[in-house]
Amino acid sequence: MDSYESLSTKQPATGIHPARFLLMLMMVSIFMIFAAYTSAYIVRRNEGNWLEFNLPAGFLYTTVVLLLSSATVQWAWLAARKNDLKQVRLALLLTLGLGLAFLVGQYLLWGQLVDQRIFFAGTDANPSGSFLYVLTGVHGFHLITGLIFLLIVVRKSFNYQVHSRQMLSIGNVTIYWHFLGALWLYLYLFLLLNH
Amino acid sequence: MAANFPTHEQVQGGIGVTEPGHAHDAHHDEHHEQSFLQKYVFSTDHKVIAKQFLITGIFWAIIGGTLSSLFRLQLGWPESTMEWLTPFLGKWIEAGKLNPEFYLALVTMHGTIMVFFVLTAGLSGTFSNFLIPLQIGARDMASGFMNMLSYWFFFLSSVVMFSSLFIETGPAAAGWTIYPPLSALPQAISGSGAGQTLWLVSMALFIISQLLGGVNYITTVINLRTQGMSMSKLPLTIWSFFLTAILGLLSFPVLFSAALLLIFDRSFGTSFFLSDIYIAGQALSNTGGSPILFQHLFWFLGHPEVYIVIMPAMGMVSEILATNARKPIFGYRAMIGSLLGISLLSFIVWAHHMFVTGMNPFLGSVFMFLTLIIAVPSAVKVFNWLATLWRGNIRFTTAMLFSIGFVSLFIAGGLTGIILGNAALDIQLHNTYFVVAHFHLVMGSSAFFGLWAGVYHWFPKMFGRMMDEKLGYIHFWLTFIGVYLVFLPMHYVGIAGFPRRYYAWTGFDTFSQFADLNKFISVAAIVAFFGQFIFIFNFFYSIFRGRRATENPWNSTTLEWTTPVELGHGNWPGEIPAVHRWPYDYSKPGAAEDFIPQNVPYSQTQSSNLPYEKEME
Ligand code: HEM
Ligand SMILES: [Cu+2]
Repeated sequence: MDSYESLSTKQPATGIHPARFLLMLMMVSIFMIFAAYTSAYIVRRNEGNWLEFNLPAGFLYTTVVLLLSSATVQWAWLAARKNDLKQVRLALLLTLGLGLAFLVGQYLLWGQLVDQRIFFAGTDANPSGSFLYVLTGVHGFHLITGLIFLLIVVRKSFNYQVHSRQMLSIGNVTIYWHFLGALWLYLYLFLLLNH
Repeated sequence: MAANFPTHEQVQGGIGVTEPGHAHDAHHDEHHEQSFLQKYVFSTDHKVIAKQFLITGIFWAIIGGTLSSLFRLQLGWPESTMEWLTPFLGKWIEAGKLNPEFYLALVTMHGTIMVFFVLTAGLSGTFSNFLIPLQIGARDMASGFMNMLSYWFFFLSSVVMFSSLFIETGPAAAGWTIYPPLSALPQAISGSGAGQTLWLVSMALFIISQLLGGVNYITTVINLRTQGMSMSKLPLTIWSFFLTAILGLLSFPVLFSAALLLIFDRSFGTSFFLSDIYIAGQALSNTGGSPILFQHLFWFLGHPEVYIVIMPAMGMVSEILATNARKPIFGYRAMIGSLLGISLLSFIVWAHHMFVTGMNPFLGSVFMFLTLIIAVPSAVKVFNWLATLWRGNIRFTTAMLFSIGFVSLFIAGGLTGIILGNAALDIQLHNTYFVVAHFHLVMGSSAFFGLWAGVYHWFPKMFGRMMDEKLGYIHFWLTFIGVYLVFLPMHYVGIAGFPRRYYAWTGFDTFSQFADLNKFISVAAIVAFFGQFIFIFNFFYSIFRGRRATENPWNSTTLEWTTPVELGHGNWPGEIPAVHRWPYDYSKPGAAEDFIPQNVPYSQTQSSNLPYEKEME
């Protein structure tokens, strides 16, 4: 008997590492949360009594910041493939910074919304505003999980555990981060078109 | 995160065991002794986790059953005193009467516990965990760690839900569907205070547990099958667990969304589901919300949820029927196709629970049409089960009896589904006991029968011993007759217009003629409930004292029966067997025995090979 069972004893599957597959399934379930919210949003809006307001222009800036961070995380991934560890660290830290900047931006925009008298809750609140807070808030929560994941990979990169032959974790974080960016882009466009 | 996964080589080898040192197959019995805590409490072994789910599920089933006996007492004997329950229920008995609000809490908790904690976590949690790795030929789940977390989140969720039974204001009381505004306003009913908060917290934990489990089941089925185990050679059990997990993955997050909005409405002052409400003469400030919106979100989960409950039972029943009829399952591909059809349709029929919410009649017709289509794949399954039994060489094991019982109950309950699916009829029947009868037959009883069938059938693999057949027969007949005596009369009461969730009907003259029938139902329900203790005794007694099992007591073909009686972590002491054939080679003409296990190559069965199989010899 071999000490390790060879590849041939397993049915060839997707070729995707189970950890990555698990991550992808989790992304599906996260997406379902937002699918629920955005469809609830539309159903509710069509029932009337819906306060219309302009989306603060600042959301464009945070969107750009988040898209930039997608570019930097991709850069980190490419650098890892080329075993350029210095660049990997730099790019990951940049991504982390941009992610944080995005969150701060979203938070400031909440303040701006309050100044516009768009409230999350209370007597003056309308579901149109409450939904905006929920969508940004729940997305923000997931972005925090992304930042934690990034931190773990940053630590790995400082321990020399990220390189062209150990691409699993950096690959996963890249996928997750792109997902969070795409999710936000979807929400932003959705809000632009349906406020 | 990734640190908990097997290394790359191990995964390639199909080894799910996490510790690198354990990959060496030949050294399996040299394992260092695991501590008790690692082995039985914080275990990452799918078989231990399965048993944890099963035993927690049994605990919850006893609680859920007790609650139902309590409210059946109230319904059967509305006039009599309940003083004797005071030591048990305390202040919820007032002057010898059950507190009406507590009655609602009982119904709510009964439904929640049975649907989610017993028939979702207890059923899928037990059998998906136990059977997926064993039947596909894997050493464990893709991530044993996440699998363990899945159980412990369920455990936490159970603790929270259980504690809500004992708080001052009582547990949640807005029904298992927790419709707002009732569930959103603590002023509305005492159960909507802290009890509802705990309910929501518990369900949030529950959803996390389901998702952790579900992603694992899917990944394992996709990635860790042994050589030769193509998707078209999978036992139907695995197909059903796989699709169940997909349904959960897509629908539980939606419940989570709805629960979060409800939490905001309850505790943070938003108005997603609340508008223009007067309560105790006071107007609430909430405007702009829509309670119907909640129903849409809830039933988008709620309907797939009922299939999450039934599909694992369908899979296990298919397996057990084929094994004990000693015949191949009839229409293997049609069985898979109908599971796929049901899964798909289950996402587009949710509004049949909402025909009376004032929806556009055109929309109602669309949902009616889609709903009635579900009868097609359901009928395909029923036909195939019956055709499998047809002229089979039937072995009436306890598991087989429960499987046949399942088919019977599924037919009985499915027929009334077709009636309810017609919007025009549903306007009369909605929220009556007819609905209660429908779903208790088709979901409650059927899924329980699937669960029992599974336990009786796989007990030898789980515990290395057999359950007692005689006690099993008594348990079966008592339960089978019991559930029909309970739920058949409910159809009549329902057609007469009895509304569900009413504390007493003594106020309505029309219903007085049904007093005896209600008493009858209550007696049957309570007797059937006490009958379950036969099963519980049998279960725990057999774990320790049952007859020792052999490796393959039912002469079955699937891979789990190729493992030794004493199952270690890693499942097979040597190499994992490869698979050569489908799982239903029973009574094959020309074969030496009446079953050929999946791991027997065609070269060893030349006398029974079919022409196209000869090429694979
Ligand atoms: C032929 C297939 C079926 C059809 C056409 C059907 C149709 C319906 C309809 C229209 C209702 C709503 C009744 C009302 O509230 O007025 C209903 C309720 C229900 N059905 Fe079915 N059903 C079918 C099969 C099933 C199956 C297989 C299950 C579970 C395994 C199930 C579980 C339930 C439950 C739990 C409820 C009640 C939920 C509640 O209000 O508490 N049904 N069914
Ligand atoms: Cu339904």
